[in-house]
Amino acid sequence: MQGNKATRDEGDSHVRIEDMHFHRGERAIFNGISLDIPRGKITAIMGPSGTGKTTLLRLIGGQLIPSAGAIHFDGENIPELGRSALYRVRRKMGVLFQSGALFTDMSVYDNVAFPLRENTSLPEAVIRNIVLMKLEAVGLRGARNLMPAELSGGMSRRAALARAIALDPEIIMYDEPFAGQDPISMGVVVRLVKSLNETLGLTSVVVTHDVQEVSSIADYIYVFAGGKVIGQGTPEQMRADQTPRVSQFMQGLPDGPVPFHYPAPDFEQDLMGADSHE
Amino acid sequence: MRSSGSQILVGLFMLAGFAALVMLGYKVSNFQEFARQDTYTLIANFTNIGGLKVRSPVKVGGVVVGRVSNIELDNRSLTPVVYMAIAAEYDQFSSESSAAIQTSGLLGEQFISLTPGGDEVILEDGDEIEDTQSALVLEDLIGQFLFNRPSGNN
Amino acid sequence: MNDAIARLGAGTLTFLATLGRSGHLLIRSLLLIPGWRDLARISLQIFSVGVKSLVIIVVAGFFIGMVLGLQGYTNLVRFGAEAALGPFVALSLVRELGPVVSALLFAGRAGSSLTAEIGLMKATEQLAGMELMAVDPLRRIVTPRFWAGFISMPLLAAIFTAVGIIGAYLVGVSWLGVDGGSFWSGMQDSVDFQKDILNGVVKSLVFGFVVTWIAVFRGYDTLPTSEGISRSTTQTVVHSSLAVLGLDFILTALMFGELN
Repeated sequence: MQGNKATRDEGDSHVRIEDMHFHRGERAIFNGISLDIPRGKITAIMGPSGTGKTTLLRLIGGQLIPSAGAIHFDGENIPELGRSALYRVRRKMGVLFQSGALFTDMSVYDNVAFPLRENTSLPEAVIRNIVLMKLEAVGLRGARNLMPAELSGGMSRRAALARAIALDPEIIMYDEPFAGQDPISMGVVVRLVKSLNETLGLTSVVVTHDVQEVSSIADYIYVFAGGKVIGQGTPEQMRADQTPRVSQFMQGLPDGPVPFHYPAPDFEQDLMGADSHE
Repeated sequence: MRSSGSQILVGLFMLAGFAALVMLGYKVSNFQEFARQDTYTLIANFTNIGGLKVRSPVKVGGVVVGRVSNIELDNRSLTPVVYMAIAAEYDQFSSESSAAIQTSGLLGEQFISLTPGGDEVILEDGDEIEDTQSALVLEDLIGQFLFNRPSGNN
Repeated sequence: MNDAIARLGAGTLTFLATLGRSGHLLIRSLLLIPGWRDLARISLQIFSVGVKSLVIIVVAGFFIGMVLGLQGYTNLVRFGAEAALGPFVALSLVRELGPVVSALLFAGRAGSSLTAEIGLMKATEQLAGMELMAVDPLRRIVTPRFWAGFISMPLLAAIFTAVGIIGAYLVGVSWLGVDGGSFWSGMQDSVDFQKDILNGVVKSLVFGFVVTWIAVFRGYDTLPTSEGISRSTTQTVVHSSLAVLGLDFILTALMFGELN
């Protein structure tokens, strides 16, 4: 459909990562990855746990600096930006953290108003209107006076979403938005991601390992493993992909190229106590 | 605003802190004296100052009129020189006044006792009191007592 | 043997790196000059750092003062020197116990809660979220807490000392019958405003600075797990207590070292 190669030429990409390497200590998290996130589309970044998906969001947000390579956001190379330029760029980004990251000492209303109060000099009446609009969009206008501790998991994620879109960002990045949600609130979040993308024309990046949910809304999918992109394409292409590692992940098979067993010596020998510790 | 109540408490807290500082200044320490800085200096030479210290009191008939401000050793005569800061209101000491180092009680702190004289000439800032009497050193007294006793008995 | 040397080297490097990170945090958060909005935040933090420590400071100060009055009296009265109770109590409190004990209590009450609060904000990604909302968490979170600790500590120490002296007065004068006049005038005779009181204030300023610095840094630098937070909180109390006692010796040697 939309996700064919033609829509991903240079003019259209909102974030473009080129041959990026990132190490944490001795361990290479990313080993020369390149990807394009097209403007106005929903791009899913998938992969098994521990492949650095969240790290990728932090790299795009400029909180981490890659050891090599470039991360272009709207043509600006994030790792090379100075402090104030980075803060200017961040105003165009919204991030929804896995935990929601609502400020625990503020009400829902103040949480959503926070980026507006900090980054703009709008009068309080205008801020009120914007906050109520954003809360209405996520269905929490009635919960504005609650404290984060009084919200359920799904509600606090929605409140955090309202805060993430408070400044009308151009791009929004979701970190595991579906993890740990009950089926109803999962459905709510899936619908919200889709409708925000459609109504506001937001570029959306969804980091997840929930294959089913994201396949239903994503325009384009990247699958990561071992610090590399091992597959990319539209959801249809990915489901049809016969590469062993990709199909194992997409079908959710317990064993395959990614082994079920942690590397261990031969089971039979182990039982015989060949190297037992006395 | 939610914070107004806490702001009042913060204000009260800071007031209490400053009140405690003021109490420490006025009630506990010599701040009143410290604040009143109009003093003039008199100098006295002693042969032995005993346990006199900087900030020891200077008294006239038991009334504190000043403090020792500095103690030095005169390099030529090799005797201690004591500088006293005297409150400006007590400016009627004649040149015949005498200064003695005394002890409050048997083991108490030492102080300088000034005895006014009758001369017409009044001491001014930086003048020296000629007539001085050094500290009584208890050990010396005991030594003298032990040394003199045999002759007293004979 | 080689192993021990390697571990010593690694430990030294870790220590130096930690010191470097804490210095970086200190410089970066102090370079931010507080504006009007920050003043309101500082005042809010004085509430949680200073006002909330008030109860423990007042109660502890009162009891320590009473104990000093009692101990001082029973020992001095044997030499017939109970008139020296005032100076004894005042000098102990003003020079040492006031700044030191209130700083230790401050480390336990306010320092640990600062570390836990900031550590929790880090673990729940609130700090990272703030940064991605283009708000500097140092300016928003760390700097106001810093100033609040710095301002609160000398006030708490002054309150501690004053309450302690009142406690000693109650025990010594009202209960044991030391003469009230000589209690106060003996104090005024021997406590010097500049040398004792101001030096005590300087001590508590230094302690407030160091304790808050350690607490804020431990929270900001914590491992973002529940185990990491609990370890950082413990470290705050242990490190800042040791720092207070060590610094107290150095400051005392500098201030009162040269005997007259």
